[in-house]
Amino acid sequence: MAYIPHTEEDVRAMLEAIGAPDIEALFDEIPAGLKIASLPGVPPALSEMEVGRLMFRRAAQDGRPLNFIGAGAYEHHIPAPVWAITTRGEIYSAYTPYQAEASQGTLQAIYEYQTMMASLTGMEVSNASLYDGASGLAEACLMAVRANRRSKASRILVPRTVNPTYRRCAEAIAGTQGLVFEDLPYDPATGCTVMDALQPFEGQDITAVVLQQPNFFGQLEDVDAVADWARAQGALLIAVVNPTSLAVLKPPGEWGERGADIACGEGQPLGVPLSSGGPYFGFLTTRMEHVRQMPGRIVGRTLDLDGRSGFTLTLQAREQHIRRGKATSNICTNQGLLMTAATIYMALLGPQGLERVATACMARSAELVDALSAQDGVSRAFDGPRFHEAVLVLDRPVQPVLAALAAEGIVGGYDLGREYPELGHALLVCATETRTREDIDLYAAALGRTLRRAAA
Amino acid sequence: MHHREPVIFELSRPGRSAVSQQPPAAKAEVPVSLRRRSRPLLPEVSELQAVRHYTRLSQLNFSIDTNFYPLGSCTMKYNPKACNTYAMLPEFLTRHPLSPESTGQGFLACMFELQEMLKAVTGMKAVSLTPMAGAQGEFAGVAMIRAYHRARGDLARNEIIVPEAAHGTNPATATMCGMKVREIPCAADGDVDIDALRAVVGPNTAGIMLTNPSTLGVFERRIVEIKQIVDDAGGLLYYDGANLNAILGMVRPGDMGFDVIHMNLHKTFSTPHGGGGPGSGAVGVAERLMPYLPIPVVGHEDERYRWLDERDLPESIGRLSGFMGNAGVLLRAYVYMRILGHEGMRRVAEYSSLNANYLLARLKAAGFDAAYPERRASHEFILTMKRQARENGVNAMDFAKRLLDYGFHAPTTYFPLLVPECLLIEPTETESKEELDGFADAMASILEEAVTDPAKVKGAPYTTPVRRLDDVRAAKQLDLVWKPGAS
Repeated sequence: MAYIPHTEEDVRAMLEAIGAPDIEALFDEIPAGLKIASLPGVPPALSEMEVGRLMFRRAAQDGRPLNFIGAGAYEHHIPAPVWAITTRGEIYSAYTPYQAEASQGTLQAIYEYQTMMASLTGMEVSNASLYDGASGLAEACLMAVRANRRSKASRILVPRTVNPTYRRCAEAIAGTQGLVFEDLPYDPATGCTVMDALQPFEGQDITAVVLQQPNFFGQLEDVDAVADWARAQGALLIAVVNPTSLAVLKPPGEWGERGADIACGEGQPLGVPLSSGGPYFGFLTTRMEHVRQMPGRIVGRTLDLDGRSGFTLTLQAREQHIRRGKATSNICTNQGLLMTAATIYMALLGPQGLERVATACMARSAELVDALSAQDGVSRAFDGPRFHEAVLVLDRPVQPVLAALAAEGIVGGYDLGREYPELGHALLVCATETRTREDIDLYAAALGRTLRRAAA
Repeated sequence: MHHREPVIFELSRPGRSAVSQQPPAAKAEVPVSLRRRSRPLLPEVSELQAVRHYTRLSQLNFSIDTNFYPLGSCTMKYNPKACNTYAMLPEFLTRHPLSPESTGQGFLACMFELQEMLKAVTGMKAVSLTPMAGAQGEFAGVAMIRAYHRARGDLARNEIIVPEAAHGTNPATATMCGMKVREIPCAADGDVDIDALRAVVGPNTAGIMLTNPSTLGVFERRIVEIKQIVDDAGGLLYYDGANLNAILGMVRPGDMGFDVIHMNLHKTFSTPHGGGGPGSGAVGVAERLMPYLPIPVVGHEDERYRWLDERDLPESIGRLSGFMGNAGVLLRAYVYMRILGHEGMRRVAEYSSLNANYLLARLKAAGFDAAYPERRASHEFILTMKRQARENGVNAMDFAKRLLDYGFHAPTTYFPLLVPECLLIEPTETESKEELDGFADAMASILEEAVTDPAKVKGAPYTTPVRRLDDVRAAKQLDLVWKPGAS
């Protein structure tokens, strides 16, 4: 019996202690008519070896194509120690650290994580992480409604340059509580949010403004201008940021005169594998004045009975297991395992290493855009500074081109056609430090061939 | 024995780094106005220092791999290593979520089959794997109930009924979905108070959220009657899958009449708890809620697997994550279910219930009070320490802390809130009789200490890396980030 240690003798002795004739008797309070005799739909048991064979086959079927997609999830080098340590049973198979004395490892790792994320984003405090970047924005918007007491409108301005899935996710999660999200257009030349678009909202009750840096197109927004506008309007500013980029880009805490109020984003670039979309983790940091409005777990350092320092979950009065229907959120978990991986990743990279990763991303991405836009039928959509992604415009529909590239083992980018039809045949491409000159040349040559073949 | 590991920043020295982890230096210019001016506070340590530090931190934890962890309501069973190994094959790890479906047929096949197996064990008509934790599964479930009533123009249905024994997430979720919470009491035998239920249902009832077996560790015997009452009032039934482990392969929520269920894959299907996540809260629905499932869902047509999205499910409650949820966790659950197979599913229910009822019998024999002594335990049960608290001044928390000195993780304490001085104990099916006997012996020993030396129990633990922590100080003098110069 897989993973069940009982011998026949054990079962006999245990039933005798219980005073039950057989195991079936333990279920005698369940109405007989509800019980099922078999489970069609679940195949018979396999041994570990057999499952291994199946999984190797499924994995081999998918292969390892050369990837040039970002669009919210980024391929980076993951140092070998990160997952070697993260999958240790003491971390992997522990639970939420309710019993602090038995969970100091997890708690201290969270405290170190909070310190790193707060500093990276230029904010004062961090929670212990959320599910992912997209749902993190939803939580940030709900938090802004609680924190901005002067605003009665529950109105959030969201530029179209914010990841469209984040926007939809925020609507799905926060829309049920009456939050209203309104679009801000972008400049077709720069791919950045238009300041003039904010003017019609001046003097109105705006709860918060969201700004993504680098934005979904990879372009760098004028963060100072938007931050100061939001401040002047009495709206909170929610920054959605890529953590890798923060090694070189101005952190949200320094945007404009006073900085953003909440910073959030997808933590995956920090040591978490792409893994078809998860598990990742969302980070959320803020100023001390808003700490009690923050969702999710928070760890604090304190003293024990003997006066030694130790770590514990704190500010739990915000949470569902205490406040039930009046909690700041229904969240009970953080993404502990992923947050641990990110902490180890940041410790291994350090300030200099992360800066090198960020710079290498920018350099490789610039090479990629040069190489691809040198092909006939490919042009750049926008001018202006970028981080590690860019929008290219093809002279024909994107999907057949991507399919042809996939057949050559290249995942060529993300088709923006559904989300941004006004851009034409637009393709979002990305290169990180993991893409070499050879990878880029391979892609450029394959793209050139594909476009020529189709033209012929 | 006391351990202390410095905060990693205390190990940091300017200019030190794990050089081999860095890419070669490259040139790139950020415009001055957008540039970072000072470096972030990240550690500057060698690779060995980082490895040793986090390895030592891990050793300060209790975990399933190292200790019996009978945390009620959390199903802390063995997390098979195979699940981790096969979910972390390089092809799975490196697959970008937005890469073409043609390059993900192997992965999608696993996801489709997982959906099918979860449908089979729950008796539901369709499954979405996307919710990233139990609480998000709950959100999805209540949001679907809301969408269902709205689609029918039944806008008055804005109340969710929740028994008082429910997890805190149930009322918190209902509130997040813009619903009003109507709490109803439980009867003395642990079942829902049927008269109280009859009194609250009506034209405003959107639905009821039930955990069955309940958080009181007993099976809700009048479930068919409850279904009838809520149905007659026009409400829907929500099944909180927190305790699905207790009835896996034995009884199906779909057969009990539930319209929607969330499953905690990190409980019943043994994916890791990871020190507090990632969870995974797949949802299953009856036919009338199928149009509202959260997206994406895996479809299978013409021998190909593909994602179903907004175009296929236009009435969906929407997207709850950036991509498709916790894919890697789902792969682990898939491997687990394939290894157990249909015969293994039922054994989960059988042996987790055998272990719980055996441990309860041993503890009763040792002099402990069961909260519901006349009832069968499900896969967990509740002791109440009310008598010990009154007679010896030793409360449930003291017992919990003292257990740590005996090498056992504490059971869940003070939940459910309605049982005074309670310990909620869930041994799970993967523990041996010897382990349960060791735990029962430790409890008996602490019970004796509570009489002979109550101060000793109240001062516990003594052998853990820290002793009891000052939670009031933690909340009043907030120290949430390390600062240079701090110790």
